[in-house]
Amino acid sequence: MTKPIQNKTSGQQRHLELSDVGIDFPTAKGPFCALKNVNLKISKGEFISLIGHSGCGKSTVLNIVAGLYQATTGGVILDNAEVNEPGPERAVVFQNHSLLPWLSVYKNVELAVKQTRNGRSRAEMKAWVEHNLALVHMTHAADKLPSELSGGMKQRVGIARALSMQPKVLLMDEPFGALDALTRAHLQDSVMEIHASLGNTVIMITHDVDEAVLLSNRIVMMTNGPAATIGEILDVDLERPRNRLAMTDNLKYNQYRHAVLTFLYEKQNKIQTVSRVKADIAQSKKKSSSAA
Amino acid sequence: MMKTNIAPVIFRKIQQNVIQERFFAGLNAMLLPIIGILIFIALWAAVAKNIDTSLGEFPGPTQVWEQSFILVNEHKAQHEKAEAFYERLEKRNAKRVAEDPDYVPTLKIFTGAPTFFDQIWTSLYTVAVGFFVASIIAVPLGILCGLSKGTYAAINPLIQLFKPVSPLAWLPLVTMVVSAVYVSDDPMFSKSFITSAVTVSLCCLWPTLINTAVGVSSIDKDLINVSKVLRLNAFKHVLKIVLPSSIPAIFTGLRLSLGIGWMVLIAAEMLAQNPGLGKFVWDEFQNGSSESLARIMVAVLTIGVIGFILDRLMLSVQRHVSWDKSVSLR
Repeated sequence: MTKPIQNKTSGQQRHLELSDVGIDFPTAKGPFCALKNVNLKISKGEFISLIGHSGCGKSTVLNIVAGLYQATTGGVILDNAEVNEPGPERAVVFQNHSLLPWLSVYKNVELAVKQTRNGRSRAEMKAWVEHNLALVHMTHAADKLPSELSGGMKQRVGIARALSMQPKVLLMDEPFGALDALTRAHLQDSVMEIHASLGNTVIMITHDVDEAVLLSNRIVMMTNGPAATIGEILDVDLERPRNRLAMTDNLKYNQYRHAVLTFLYEKQNKIQTVSRVKADIAQSKKKSSSAA
Repeated sequence: MMKTNIAPVIFRKIQQNVIQERFFAGLNAMLLPIIGILIFIALWAAVAKNIDTSLGEFPGPTQVWEQSFILVNEHKAQHEKAEAFYERLEKRNAKRVAEDPDYVPTLKIFTGAPTFFDQIWTSLYTVAVGFFVASIIAVPLGILCGLSKGTYAAINPLIQLFKPVSPLAWLPLVTMVVSAVYVSDDPMFSKSFITSAVTVSLCCLWPTLINTAVGVSSIDKDLINVSKVLRLNAFKHVLKIVLPSSIPAIFTGLRLSLGIGWMVLIAAEMLAQNPGLGKFVWDEFQNGSSESLARIMVAVLTIGVIGFILDRLMLSVQRHVSWDKSVSLR
């Protein structure tokens, strides 16, 4: 089911490639290696999930692809050009929506559309903003301020803003992490719908095993940090469109789920038990007393 | 049937209770401040009688009340005098022109002393100019400090050094510099006005500068990332992200600045002899008539009321421009 890190799409044209990506953060105690040897090749239109425990560097990988962080070693190549700064062709959907609170929903999307004008006329820009709002079913709230919207609606607008930039790659940083389960399910369906119609390449960070299996073509599982890297990559071979209800009885779906859970809770177990924490404390006390 | 009859009665009863509650809440909101003011006036009247100064008894509320009407009448009288003067001037000029068509009428300006209300106007004008100049400097400088840690590190010691300086310490220096630099045969502004306005600027620069810098440096990091992903250039970044998100902080600073400016202005006008409220107080003090103290008390209360109104004005502007409606501004 799982297989070693290997290039599945070598025959196809290169789209997005992370090669030997690593990053060190400077700290008071010297450089801290957060990420090491991350190799990943992604073909056009693929939906990739990054999953792993908190602090394993998922967000760091995404930020490097976005260009918000600079890799210390290796690099990212998108359509034969190296990524070294942020840009609208790698649009980001942030975890806490990050809409400008003083602009209406329409104006928030309009700002992105104006920045990535692509030679559109004024009327075409207006139509494009409206099209993207319609895509996430937010036309009715165009004139509302973000503070007047629920969390799920804000995230929809965040997605509309990212899509309106017509990105080559859509980067989503735990987009539904702060939402309740029902709203999350709605938004997952919307994202699947949009992915089916637009065919964007998507990289999504998630904590949610069901979400990862339901949405992805491939699930990239990361080992724990420091010096985190890709542990396993799981191909999710399920027919699209995928129906969340039908999936609950699907044998393959449950096997994929099991595989991810096994990785997270057996191979990369990070769950702190009381006894383990006590042992850690005792050990550190011993160390400090011997040092004194 | 019973049920349908009872419902409106109960409803009316509830409504009555609500109205009563609101009435008492409103009464409290009105009544308590009025009680406070009345107690203050009573204490003032009692204490004033027992203070004898070289200019007579300290003025109580009644004398101050009377003086305020005298000041209004003085203003009216002066106004009438001025009108009469211009009327006479016009008639005389018309007569001269009728006698001699080549005569060019001379323009004369009424030179009566400014009244209390003219002086209020001068003070408002002066503080507005001083505050405006300070804001024009402080906001952009604050944005620069907030955006660049280097600039902030360079400017911060200067801010800390000059912030606590009293306007009275600046004034002699400003006076000398203005006299030396502002030399013109036909001056648009009087030197006393410029000296006062510059002193106000120097003192109300700091709160705006500091608050703007703090507001700009504490912008949500995610919004900065949005700006980066959108590749906004430096100008657009400031205009679309930095400025709107720090507007609440900037206005907090501006409000503090205006309050300080108004306070500083009175002292500055006293020493610079700018014909505003400060000069009014100073002149009355030097005049030393038996009414002087009551007149000064009128000025004190006026300064307080105007300061309060200015603050409320700034607050309403702040409420209007602030996008974060969840914060209660007071």
